[in-house]
Formats: sequence, structure tokens, C-alpha cells
Amino acid sequence: MALNVIVCVKQVPDTNEIKIDPVKNTLIREGVASILNHDDANALEEALKLKDIYPETKVTVLSMGPPQAKEMLIECLAKGADDAILLSDRALGGSDTWATSNALSSAIKKIGNYDIIFAGRQAIDGDTAQVGPQIAEKLDIPQVTYVRNFKISGETITVHRALEDGYETIEVKKPCLLTTIKELNKPRYMNIRGIFDATQKEIKVWSAKDIGVTDTEVGLDASPTNVFRSFTPALKGKGKLIDGETSNEIARILLLELKHKQLI
Amino acid sequence: MDFTLTKEQELVKKMAREFTINEVTPIAADLDDRAEFPLENIKKAGKLGMMGMPFPREFGGAGSDYLSYIMAVEEISKGCGSTGVIIQTHCALCAWPIFTYGTEAQKKKYLPDLLSGEKIGAFGLTEPNAGSDAAGLQTRAVDKGDHWLLNGSKIFISNGGVADTFVILAMTDKSKGTKGISAFILERGMEGFSIPKKEHKMGINASVTTELLFENVKVPKENLLGQIGKGFKIAMTSLDVGRLGIAAQALGIAQGAFDQTVAYMKSRKQFGRSLNKFQALSFEMADMKTRIDASRLLLYKACNNRDNGLPSTVEAAQAKLFCSETAMYVTTKAVQFHGGYGYIKDYPVERMMRDAKITEIYEGTSEVMKMVISGSIF
Repeated sequence: MALNVIVCVKQVPDTNEIKIDPVKNTLIREGVASILNHDDANALEEALKLKDIYPETKVTVLSMGPPQAKEMLIECLAKGADDAILLSDRALGGSDTWATSNALSSAIKKIGNYDIIFAGRQAIDGDTAQVGPQIAEKLDIPQVTYVRNFKISGETITVHRALEDGYETIEVKKPCLLTTIKELNKPRYMNIRGIFDATQKEIKVWSAKDIGVTDTEVGLDASPTNVFRSFTPALKGKGKLIDGETSNEIARILLLELKHKQLI
Repeated sequence: MDFTLTKEQELVKKMAREFTINEVTPIAADLDDRAEFPLENIKKAGKLGMMGMPFPREFGGAGSDYLSYIMAVEEISKGCGSTGVIIQTHCALCAWPIFTYGTEAQKKKYLPDLLSGEKIGAFGLTEPNAGSDAAGLQTRAVDKGDHWLLNGSKIFISNGGVADTFVILAMTDKSKGTKGISAFILERGMEGFSIPKKEHKMGINASVTTELLFENVKVPKENLLGQIGKGFKIAMTSLDVGRLGIAAQALGIAQGAFDQTVAYMKSRKQFGRSLNKFQALSFEMADMKTRIDASRLLLYKACNNRDNGLPSTVEAAQAKLFCSETAMYVTTKAVQFHGGYGYIKDYPVERMMRDAKITEIYEGTSEVMKMVISGSIF
């Protein structure tokens, strides 16, 4: 089976190291490393696993961002992706999720002939989880979010979709879009040969014009989302865990606590 | 002069660092405690191309430069000095001489399995009565017409207990001194070739160090490596490459201990302030950092020379001398700055100090390095 797989990836600030400016309430990006978004690493891994099984598979990584996002795309190539495309253009700057998915879906149409699109569940900087599903809507293909595992048989893909207390089994037809969660796999490392090959490969950079989008579809002015305010939530006190032998006992202690605090 | 790393070198460093943090460091203390070889990690390293980095693709290597390879050994040694020396011994002292001096047939037979990490390599020069003085070798190889007959023994052989392929030095003509030494490729399981004893060491416990015993081992004629009488040259040039690896191992251990100490000093409070607020200690840290950076520059320069086909024997000796002494200096201070906790096995600096010591001894002692360096002066 020779599959054409597209993986949507995003370069994000490493939020483990991030600090928030207490006055301006914005991220302090200076000196913070940029990394491949965690869930996107899982998405790429799933595509590369398909390539391990079906060596004819072609994996294309697609991203939108400033020119330095190439650094992340080289790493994707060093892990084994075949091709990398970066949408980078001032006209794309300031895009919200709606505008971003306009750009990415237009680029995917330009790439064409795909079987599966993988996207990470959500990015650690914006945490919206919207771009993947929006791309599927705009391409008018089925989508399954929070994919825990899946199996391909012919034109059908059977997917386990993670829920908080279990999972759903869903069948979809190719082509489709799947968003991945970290439980799906453990992303591989770059490999040494891959590193030396990756630096020889060209990363294609496409502009807004290349993908045929205008300022009514992409960029700040085309973005319906406005950030009203960002703030750091005030630290709350620690919660208290009530322990007891039976549910009756726990309920009794809880009642007592609430009474002590004069809440009831 | 350009100190900028290439994109490849940056990525190799990053990849080796991630591999070390996730796979190597978490098990290092346990492997040391049980003196157990990290077989699973070595297989993983092989799959990632780290067991055959500076060798051409046609034999299964990754086709990297030496500096990238040395950076990988350095990064891995930050987490586990044993794993660092296992990779370096395999690459520099077994794969390298076979690649450099082997016939096409030998290269095709041995390199693909070695460079992919499917098989592990070792090197045997040292004997009970011949270490720094190679002319004293007592292992003999006698030409028996259709084979060589090997008798003798080796000691302190890194990877000895786990290797599949060995480069072994033996006397083929005692009367010629070092010019009577030849090199042979041996395989584990050859009749008469046994591994009688595993050494119990102060440090690098996860690197299995053994004796080798040869009792009438019939070595096929085609397993002579290079020309007869050229074994000493093969050994010395292999050790030139090996010294880069040991320097990288030492540098990694020093950096690992330094990083541990920085973290400890920030969190440990005495007399109402954290240790890094004491100027006497932070000034010593400044000295340590400077020595580490100086070590790194010497080592990278030696690698750069090798990558560019320039002389690197003296440079490798200088790097090995300085990096290993830096490792001992930094790890000793690291233990001291950890106070009582530094002496307890719960903290990695205790292991790092034990691991550092050997870097001043093997693949040429500090004294032998000074012989090499002073030989270039006078």
C-alpha cells in the first residue's frame, strides 16, 4: 500500500520554560526555545509508522509560521519525513485558527492526492484544538479527533477515539483527517543518517499567493477572533482530599468540613 | 577561525541529548550498581546510527564527520560514562582499524554488522606485562601455512565480555620489537578463544571489562588485518582516534557533574541562603566552567584537524590529557560541593567521580600523553 500522508505541525515556544510578563500579560518569548508541538510529534510519529509498514508511503510535513519554523521542519525530515513545506508570508501573520485553517487547507489542496492528514490534538501555546477539525471541514472530508489508535483496511479506517471515560470506535473512509493524542505512540528520535540527509533537502516555502489565498481569508484582518484580555490566573489554595473507609463516612467528613467552614 | 557548529552538528547534539535524557540517564545508576552492560540502549543507539557514525554509507555507516561523532559521545557521557566508552571503543578501536586497514572482503564481512550495532566490537592490545610498552607483547601468532595459530592472553579489554568482533594485536616476530607486531580479526566463539574473567572496577561498571585467553586459536589467513609487522602502527593510529573518544567521554562526565552541581547549588540552602550565593563556591564554579570550555575547544580543534585531513596525533593527546584531568578535577569538586550527599549513591556525582578516574589511565595514561606531546616539542 502506497499512502500519501500529510502531517500538520506547528513550532511552539517550550511552555515548560515560559514566563508571563506580569504587567503586559503577554508571553516573554526572549530566550525561550522553540520546539515541535508535542501532540504534532505524535502525529508525525503515526505517519512515520505507516511508512515503516508501507515503505512506499510518502510523508509530507506542512507548517505555517515565520522563516525560523524551518528549523523544526528539518527535524521532522531528520526523523524520516520525505518532504517539508512551510507557509511563510507577512500576509499570513496574525492569523487566528479560522484564517490558519484557510491557509493550511488551501496548501493541502495544492499538494493534492492525499489519503490521510494527521494533526496534533492541540498546540501547547494556543490550546484551541480547532485548526485540525477546521481543515477537515474546509476540505469536506471526515475527521476523527483524539485518536488513540487506528487500523487501515483498504479504503476504510477503524479508529478508537479517546473519551474521558472510555473510547468510541468509528469507521471513516479515506481521505480523512485524524487528530492525535500523546497516548497514541512515543515519538522517535532523529537519526544520524536522517540528519545528514535532511540538511541536503530543500524545504519548500510557499507564500499566500502560491496557495491562492487573499487578505479576506488569511492574516490579522481576516481573523474573526479578537483577544479581549490575557491574564495569569491567580494561584488558588491547595484542595483537600477527603479519605475514608466507606462512602457514608466520606460524606459525613465532607459535611462536617463544610459546616466548619460555615459554607452550609 | 570559525567556531560555529554546522546544522548537522547542532542536530546531532540535540538528538544525542534527547536520547541521553530519556534513555541513558534514567538507568545509569542502576546499571552501575549491578555492573550490567546496557545492551538494549546499545541496540537502540545502533538503530539510530550512533554505532557507526564517522564511516561511509556504503558499509552501513552514517557518513558523519568526526566532530559530530565526538559530540554524540560527549552528550551520552553526560548521563553515563560507561555507555560513552562502549560506543567509542566499538567505533574507534574495532570498526575504525577494519575500515582503514581491512581488505574489501574484510570490510564487507565485518563492517555492516558493526556499524549498524548488530554486533559489538572490541580491541585487544594490553597484556599483563605490556601496557604502555607495546614491545613487550607476549601473545604470539605463528604462521602455520593455511592459518595463524594464536596463543597468549589480554587484560583490561573494554567490551570484552559482550563483543562479537575483536581486533587483536600479537607478535609475529619477537626479534623485531614493535615492528614484529601484527593485527588480526577474531570472532567470538573461535575454538580456543575464551573469556576467563570479568574485572571488578572502581567505575564505568556498566562497561564490561574482561580478560581474553587464546589457547591454540586457529585464525584463518584472511583474518590478518593490514600487513604483517604493521600491527603497532594499526594500534597507534586507532588509539589516536580512540583518544578523541575518551576525551569526549571525559568532557561529558565533567559537564554532567557540573550541571548536577549547578542544580544542587541553587536548591541547597545553608545559613539561610542557597549555595550559589556563596562567592567562594561560585568562583570555584567559574574555574570549573572555564576548564570545561577550554577542554571542549582543545577537543573540537583536534576533531576539526582530523576532519580536514590535518595532523591530529598531538592535538588528540593534548585533548585527552586535558579533558581527562578536567573530568577528575570537576567531579572531585562536584562531590565536595554536594557535601555528605555527594558521597552517597543517591546523587550521580559519586558515580561520575569514580567514572572520571579511568579517563586519565586508559587508551594511554596522562604520562603517555605527555610523552606524545613532549615528543613534538623536542
